[in-house]
Amino acid sequence: MAKAKVTFEDIELTVNVPAGTRVIEVSEKVGSGIIYGCRECDCGTCMMEITEGWDNLSEPSVLEDKVLRENMAGRHQRLACQAQILGDVTVKPA
Amino acid sequence: MSSSINLNLMQGKAVQLDDGVYWVGALDPGLRTFDIILSTANGTTYNAYLVEGDEGVAVIDTVKEEFSDEFFQRLESVTEYSRIKYIVLNHLEPDHTGALPELLKRAPQAQVCISQRAQSMLKALLKDSRETLNYTAVQTGDSLSLGNCTLQFFNTPFLHWPDTQCTYLLEREILFSGDVFGCHFCDARLFNDKVGDFRFSFDYYYAHIMRPFKNWVLQALDLIEPLSLKMITPAHGPILRDRPRRYVTHYRELSTSSLSGELAHNEKSLIIFYMSSYGNTARMAEAIYAGTDQVEGVRVSLYDLQGGETEPFVDLIEEADGIMFGSPTINGDAVKPVWDLLSSLVVVNLRGKLGAAFGSYGWSGEAIQMVEDRMRGLKMRVPIEGVRIKLIPTDEELEQCKEFGKEISSFLVGKSKQQGKVLELAEL
Repeated sequence: MAKAKVTFEDIELTVNVPAGTRVIEVSEKVGSGIIYGCRECDCGTCMMEITEGWDNLSEPSVLEDKVLRENMAGRHQRLACQAQILGDVTVKPA
Repeated sequence: MSSSINLNLMQGKAVQLDDGVYWVGALDPGLRTFDIILSTANGTTYNAYLVEGDEGVAVIDTVKEEFSDEFFQRLESVTEYSRIKYIVLNHLEPDHTGALPELLKRAPQAQVCISQRAQSMLKALLKDSRETLNYTAVQTGDSLSLGNCTLQFFNTPFLHWPDTQCTYLLEREILFSGDVFGCHFCDARLFNDKVGDFRFSFDYYYAHIMRPFKNWVLQALDLIEPLSLKMITPAHGPILRDRPRRYVTHYRELSTSSLSGELAHNEKSLIIFYMSSYGNTARMAEAIYAGTDQVEGVRVSLYDLQGGETEPFVDLIEEADGIMFGSPTINGDAVKPVWDLLSSLVVVNLRGKLGAAFGSYGWSGEAIQMVEDRMRGLKMRVPIEGVRIKLIPTDEELEQCKEFGKEISSFLVGKSKQQGKVLELAEL
């Protein structure tokens, strides 16, 4: 299975994960400061900033796009409960 | 005291502040608790303003819904609804937008001017008419003309909501600041040089409303300080016409870190708080303290929560780079003094601070994870799993505590073994 690295910049830790893993599946286990509300793409609480590897996440769904717009997300911000890791990426809480 | 001001207030008339500028707000002297969290010993005011230009009128903010009649009465004393060209909303909280739906019915031609971030909130406030809303979103650098006078906008987010902005009346040098420079203080004499001593209310309001957003306050001050200021007209409390700049200076003082001058360059501050019932968590705290102190570049403080009040501890936490909490587990929970402190931290910004937890337990030991979760909820970083020890710590376990302390301090100065490490998902 393809592997990818996700680095949590706030706690300076990297995890090797199978491609397709959602950020939420890793960030809580390692204690990153990304926090979660609804966990189902509604509230926007888990907004994170992608500092490297922006293109290595799955494309946002129509619903995620809507929530990002409503929360005035910046260009390199995504929801950690939705984004799937496809290649090496570095993230931090937004 | 100017008797004409009081007379106008009594008669429900607008109070003139300057040429073409009026206060059209409302007094709420009976209020004792604002928004659940704030107390006030003499009520508050909901300040709304009207600016009259030769090409139309702008209304700046409105009042809490219950006070709408007073607001409309004052408004009608100086203008007709058909003349209202703009409604500027510096902040969309209900105490400033309560009369908005009715105002829009009476002045349907008016265009609402709000910040970019306020758009979704405006639509939520006016759900019934969201399809027909006539509004424009403005940002720093935007302005609008009322003919012989100009309103300039300054985007000042998070003071204290994401939507907040300030509006400046260029020709009169008046800053309509929203909640910034405001306070919950009600005095019918209205002006800072006439009302009673409101210094406590001013600082109390800052401490509870603006303090969590100090960095945003400093950014806003960078925009406000270059302005010529004849008067600051906030959304609550006295109108600041006498030496308004001293309030700006005071805001900068309040928003500037006091400890930064105490610490050496690049030195980090770490505070360990603990509470112990049988002395076991205290022993752990001492060992952790000894470990943290082994790392150069970290100034560590150890406090027993039993011996201190919450408020000064909140002040310490605000300035610290790292915070550790030690709590025994009693009845499956962390102990109350720990929660008391953790629930008092909403007034300070904790984002990005390092957090860690530890504690002794008898049966289950849930307290540590609960405290860690709370710290994450407060947007702190909790990179290192806390230490839980069943009952009395052995020498070996105390050594483990010492290592834990050392690791936390090392993390603060960027020298932790964990930093830069690559883990496998399956190991987690």
